[in-house]
Amino acid sequence: MPHQTNVRAPEWEIVIGLEVHTQLSTNSKIFSGASTTYGAEPNTQADAVSIALPGVLPVLNKGAVERAIKFGLAVGAHIAPRSVFARKNYFYPDLPKGYQISQFDLPVVGQGSLTIQVEPLSGNAKPYEKVVRITRAHLEEDAGKSVHGESQGVTGVDLNRAGTPLLEIVSEPDMSSAAEAVAYAKTLHSLVRWIGICDGNMQEGSFRCDVNVSVRRPGEPLGTRREIKNLNSFKFMQQAIDYEVQWQIDTLENGGKIHQATILFNPDTGETRAMRSKEDAHDYRYFPDPDLLPLDITPAMLEQVRATLPELPQQKQFRYKLEYSESGLTAYDVISLTASREIADYFDACITVVGSSNAKLCANWLIGEVSAQLNRDDLEMTQCPITPQQLGGMLKRITDGTISNSGAKEVFRIMWSEGGNADTIIEAKGLKQVSDSGAIEKIVDEIIAANPAQVAEYRSGKDKVFGFFVGLAMKASKGKANPAQLNEVLKRKLAG
Amino acid sequence: MSIDIDTARKVAKLARIRVEEADLPALAGELSGILTFMEQLNEVDVSGIAPMTSVTPMRLKRRPDVVTDGNIQAQILANAPDAREGFFAVPKVVE
Amino acid sequence: MTNPNELTIAAARDALRAGDLNAVDLTMACLTAMDAGDGLGAFVHKTPDIALRQARAADERLTRSEEAPGLCGIPLGIKDLFCTRGVASQAGSNILKGFKPEYESTVTDKLFGAGAVMLGKLNMDEFAMGSSNETSCYGNAVNPWKVDGRKLTPGGSSGGSAAAVAADLCLAATGTDTGGSIRQPAALCGISGIKPTYGTVSRYGMIAFASSLDQAGPMARSAEDLALLLNVMTGFDERDSTSLQRDKEDYTRDLNKPLAGLRIGLPKEFFAEGLAQDVANRVNEAIAEYKKLGATIVDISLPNSKLAVPVYYVLAPAEASSNLSRFDGVRYGYRAPEYTDLADMYEKSRAQGFGAEVKRRIMIGTYVLSHGYYDAYYLQAQKIRRLIAQDFADAFRQCDVIMGPTSPSTAFNLGEKGDDPVQMYLSDIYTIAVNLAGLPGMSIPCGFGGNGRPVGLQIIGNYFAEVQMLNVAHQYQLATDHHARTPQNIGL
Ligand SMILES: [Mg+2]
Ligand SMILES: [Zn+2]
Repeated sequence: MPHQTNVRAPEWEIVIGLEVHTQLSTNSKIFSGASTTYGAEPNTQADAVSIALPGVLPVLNKGAVERAIKFGLAVGAHIAPRSVFARKNYFYPDLPKGYQISQFDLPVVGQGSLTIQVEPLSGNAKPYEKVVRITRAHLEEDAGKSVHGESQGVTGVDLNRAGTPLLEIVSEPDMSSAAEAVAYAKTLHSLVRWIGICDGNMQEGSFRCDVNVSVRRPGEPLGTRREIKNLNSFKFMQQAIDYEVQWQIDTLENGGKIHQATILFNPDTGETRAMRSKEDAHDYRYFPDPDLLPLDITPAMLEQVRATLPELPQQKQFRYKLEYSESGLTAYDVISLTASREIADYFDACITVVGSSNAKLCANWLIGEVSAQLNRDDLEMTQCPITPQQLGGMLKRITDGTISNSGAKEVFRIMWSEGGNADTIIEAKGLKQVSDSGAIEKIVDEIIAANPAQVAEYRSGKDKVFGFFVGLAMKASKGKANPAQLNEVLKRKLAG
Repeated sequence: MSIDIDTARKVAKLARIRVEEADLPALAGELSGILTFMEQLNEVDVSGIAPMTSVTPMRLKRRPDVVTDGNIQAQILANAPDAREGFFAVPKVVE
Repeated sequence: MTNPNELTIAAARDALRAGDLNAVDLTMACLTAMDAGDGLGAFVHKTPDIALRQARAADERLTRSEEAPGLCGIPLGIKDLFCTRGVASQAGSNILKGFKPEYESTVTDKLFGAGAVMLGKLNMDEFAMGSSNETSCYGNAVNPWKVDGRKLTPGGSSGGSAAAVAADLCLAATGTDTGGSIRQPAALCGISGIKPTYGTVSRYGMIAFASSLDQAGPMARSAEDLALLLNVMTGFDERDSTSLQRDKEDYTRDLNKPLAGLRIGLPKEFFAEGLAQDVANRVNEAIAEYKKLGATIVDISLPNSKLAVPVYYVLAPAEASSNLSRFDGVRYGYRAPEYTDLADMYEKSRAQGFGAEVKRRIMIGTYVLSHGYYDAYYLQAQKIRRLIAQDFADAFRQCDVIMGPTSPSTAFNLGEKGDDPVQMYLSDIYTIAVNLAGLPGMSIPCGFGGNGRPVGLQIIGNYFAEVQMLNVAHQYQLATDHHARTPQNIGL
């Protein structure tokens, strides 16, 4: 499907806000001691609290609170010194208590913001930066799972997931294209993994996006929004928004009206449709949960958590620009190097070996060869067979002229498949380039003697023949001649 | 505050309690009676008074993040009206 | 000697330790009395096997009596609201028909850990919603103070507990008090009962009615017995986030302290019209007795207490409507036999499983929380709740304890107030404010009304003043014998 979002842009303004449910990476549930591990046998990770037996009570998990604070600090948000757990009341088989413990008017994390890099989808437009405001983030419990079609006319309820801690992160409607929405989601996804509060596994539902979409003609008040629920891949988010925007525009242009609705995206058809259930009487009857007291967070607690926070993507980006720009590192490099904490950590480790003056060289190999190889072998950064120390060792041999670039590619290939460090590989495979001027002079003398005609041409001013000589010399040295040195000698001798 | 039949029907629906059409007027009357009795609350001046949500003036306790329970599927399903293949069974849910 | 089942806990404890009595005989005496007292409808699930097993174990421990725990061999009745492992725990409701928990409430766990013997589960208003024990799925419990042909209410919601203790079917019982459910039945049945400060006794395993108001407490024949039970029932519980972390208290500590200098506050609102004359007379006589014991009287006012009932009937149903949503026929409890789809299954199961009063309160609660009414009802009530608590705070600057009637009248006839919910609600007019404030309150017998029905004196203390309240009650019981009176010819 073409990107109407961009085609239509002048006539229609698109307004998008996201609500993202991140499963916090705690061992136990937010209000009980049952495990949160994914994929267990049905109801083996349910306890008395998970199935809401009469008389059992919630007790808050410290780990969930710490992770919420961590996120708040990471997006520069205000952390509420006192937030309140509320009950959101509705009936659903996967909601054992008949209410979800959530936070309503007093969430733990307040206003913050996230800076995103947008890669526009339409061909020639340039990447740009945008700040998306985060409205709030609140703690709540996940629901269980309804498994359909086990047996005829019956739905099976598995409460293993019920009570898994969630941080629901709500953005302002600051995004105006599918590209921006996806960029925000990706940046958020990398951030929650970066600070270690969520494993980010979208297939397992650890990171679920609800997207609010509305359209309006420029200058008009906000249009009615429809909420696309539970998107668990960036690709689907892209498709769902494109389809939904087109649908809303068509509806309005055909004189129709948009009604607020919760809708689902069907990846197979690429279409969205309104949900039938849970639509009746959206009256959640929120009120403060009397089983839980207000959640107090002291400055001391904040500092404790702050101390556990790693260097954040934006801090790293800032530092890279500051420290490595004279080595030639570009803005694009910086973004790529901080795409994930794993890449950045690899880069930092590598720099400690080769030194900051070679940051650009290091970045080129990391973003180039290394990423390419990882993709080919379908590996994560953490599974990279070459350690930052190994790579750094090889880069040092490039910078000190021991090996040529082509030699380096060979060393890299061997390191990847067989391991070992650069120096031993260079030795074993004899990849050391010839820097012995005597040997080079000898080769050059022989070539000049053997090709008088071309020498004459060169001397008559046809200096493009120079490449011809370089070629021959390299061939003669089996590619090991130090290129800089060879050029120097050739120039000198050809000059006669 | 008197409750009409539609409101009574809506409340019963929200509470997931079946009330036959014929019984709605009686229900509406009952609820109205009780709510009328509560009307006196609206005459009280509460300006500047904070709602009293919890009696206990203390900090919410937190438990350490450790797994202490689970792997008791049989007990979990023991009291279920209908359990199959490790699941609680309910009439088909439509989304 | 009197029958063992008529003993106080203190007396039974001494007899058991002295070897004059053994736990099995004591338990048998209670089991026999329970059968004889079936007409009272107090015990709804009898557990003789568990009782005798526990009694034998108790006798074993009593052979080394100095090591035997506080309640070793003491037979108790347990309100049906407490979850007891492997024993039906239904909160007096059909929606929990056949529900046998796999877990034990903290209260019963502590009691059994201290050697207490469980005789069975006691009748109550469904989900503790009632003041007459007429909303129970098991049928009415009956007040053993039978003065003529008519059957009287034992009060509610802990009606079965009060009736059983008054009729000597057990030495003591557990109760719960959300708006007066320990104190009012204790008063109507002529026994002693205390609702401690909110958060003193764990709510874990106690089926919730209104979480911010529910508090468990003991019901027994004397203040001293209440103290012995509180020593076991109280204490911090990490499974209840509203449970208070405080040093272990010995509630018998000051029982024998003289009362000279005690300042008793009498709220004028508790003696206004609506109070039956015979009740007023007994309460005034009790006050006079306290003067003899060296107390001084302070006239106080609780100006907002008249709002307690309407505030309560906004907040309690609101919390209940949510607490009772878990009863949906999915994971446990009653499911309608026939339904067309999920919604139908929910609506029929809840319509058939809950009784009329519970449904009424769920709908009131649903309404006051629903969109557009929250501020007018729930929030307004929460604010007035603070005013009510503030009244008590002011009062306790002038007095040590507050006294008044527990209930505006003596026991009324079963069925008398059936058709008018508001009239029924008003029978808790003196007790509800205490729950809203989270204060401790108790009721002790102070004589009999014109019709020979028991009258209860309510004693309200400041937060954590239980030790002092028990001292105040015990001194009165040393000077009077109202608490020692027992109903005759209970065999109905
Ligand atoms: Mg996960
Ligand atoms: Zn949510």
